[in-house]
Amino acid sequence: MPPPAAPLLQLAHVRREFPGARVALADVSLTIADGEFVSLLGASGCGKSTVLRLLSGLDTPTSGTITRATQADAIPGYVFQDAALMPWASVRRNVELPLMLRGERPASMKPRVDAALHAVGLDDSADAVPRELSGGMRMRASLARALVTSPRLWLLDEPFGALDEITRFALNQTLLSLCQPQDGTPAATAVFVTHSVYEAVFLSQRVVVMARPGRVVEEIAIDAPYPRDAAFRATPQFASLCASVSDALQRASTGVPA
Amino acid sequence: MTRAGALARVGVPTGSVLAFLAAWEIAVRALHIPAYLLPAPSLIATTLADNFGSLAASWWFTVRITLVALALAMAGGVLIATLFALSRHAERALAPFAVVLQVTPIVAIAPLIMILTDSPLATVVVCAWLVAFFPILANTLTGLRSVDQNLRDLFTLQRAGRWQTLRHLLVPAALPSFMTGLRIAGGLALIGEVGGEFAAGAAGRDTGLASRILESAFRTEIPKMFAALTLVALTGVALYLCTGALSRALLGRWHESERGG
Repeated sequence: MPPPAAPLLQLAHVRREFPGARVALADVSLTIADGEFVSLLGASGCGKSTVLRLLSGLDTPTSGTITRATQADAIPGYVFQDAALMPWASVRRNVELPLMLRGERPASMKPRVDAALHAVGLDDSADAVPRELSGGMRMRASLARALVTSPRLWLLDEPFGALDEITRFALNQTLLSLCQPQDGTPAATAVFVTHSVYEAVFLSQRVVVMARPGRVVEEIAIDAPYPRDAAFRATPQFASLCASVSDALQRASTGVPA
Repeated sequence: MTRAGALARVGVPTGSVLAFLAAWEIAVRALHIPAYLLPAPSLIATTLADNFGSLAASWWFTVRITLVALALAMAGGVLIATLFALSRHAERALAPFAVVLQVTPIVAIAPLIMILTDSPLATVVVCAWLVAFFPILANTLTGLRSVDQNLRDLFTLQRAGRWQTLRHLLVPAALPSFMTGLRIAGGLALIGEVGGEFAAGAAGRDTGLASRILESAFRTEIPKMFAALTLVALTGVALYLCTGALSRALLGRWHESERGG
């Protein structure tokens, strides 16, 4: 076990209500350490996405506090449930969007965009427009757009939920390699929302199981070293971890009074 | 697109129109229909050629007014749609007026406009503008409202400024809906222009095709009336084709509505 890293993001008794007294989050306390890969797992409507929006600053809590370490002030790499690409722009223009909005010059953007496209395996599709791509390739472009700014914090909202399993496995692998330490930069922090037990176990160091109405039920550590690859899915450890996370999810859904 | 596809796209409608004209010609000749009831296409064509000078002047008048009104409708429609998109209050306050103007038949408002402006030219412009304005407003507003929420969030996260968001997100996202509005408005502007001319009842040299139609009807010069009518119809078709071509040029590659078009 590596030594526990400093907390990067901290939610303390966070509550979020939407108009009409709909409670998205009842009372959530959660700490995310620097360099950690955390999955938020739960059924639809348990507030996973709300947690992500709060962490990103897109939304503010009704009550409770959110503490950010200074290094978390930088703009996070946010990946949405659908690829959310600009349909009128080429893959290249989509990927360079965050750089362009920061006022970078085309000459300085090009090598970074090329590198991001290469990292997700889209070198040959830079000039395609989104509707010419498959769902998996669109999601790759979306990853490249988040990657291009080299974010220290990744927020991913069920990014692979709509993809077939083979594509999903491949992209899980790509995502892990993007977050891992490389060339002297330490591991990036990632918060990953999913409703897939297998995906959560494969990717994370910690799985946070949530239930309605918007609360954390259980946290399960995934003590398997990185890098993880397809072989990890075949280990007994993976199977038993999946079983215990599934049980936790089961308890979460049945333990709630209707 | 394949050659066969292109042939079908141009050839089939051309063929059906030619067949229709041929049937018309044959029917008029075979049934001995007098020219004051229904002139044959050949007679309309020769009348058009004989009166080309005066009809072309009227045609140019009609086209000019239509395009000016369409340009004003674009400017006004986009401006007010932007205002509505920015402020719900502005929309609530002004939408009833926009709707009332839209649902009231233009020929019913035209005499009032004639009295208020006291100018046939202004009446025609205002009539054409009124009918062209609403589809541009409504469609542009729909476009501005239907911007992908995730993309909006992305722009917020990236701390994009108002101008950046307008230029790189709102304008391109609203463009397809705006083009739909423009395609409808192009035809409506012409209809409004013709209605306005009828209502303004302008006579004399500086008048459009609608005045030619009225004039020919009074003098029972039915072939000339049909010639003017043909020019109005062709102008409408040309407007439709132009706005369609513009739409394809701007959206062709990325937008579903133009897919394979």
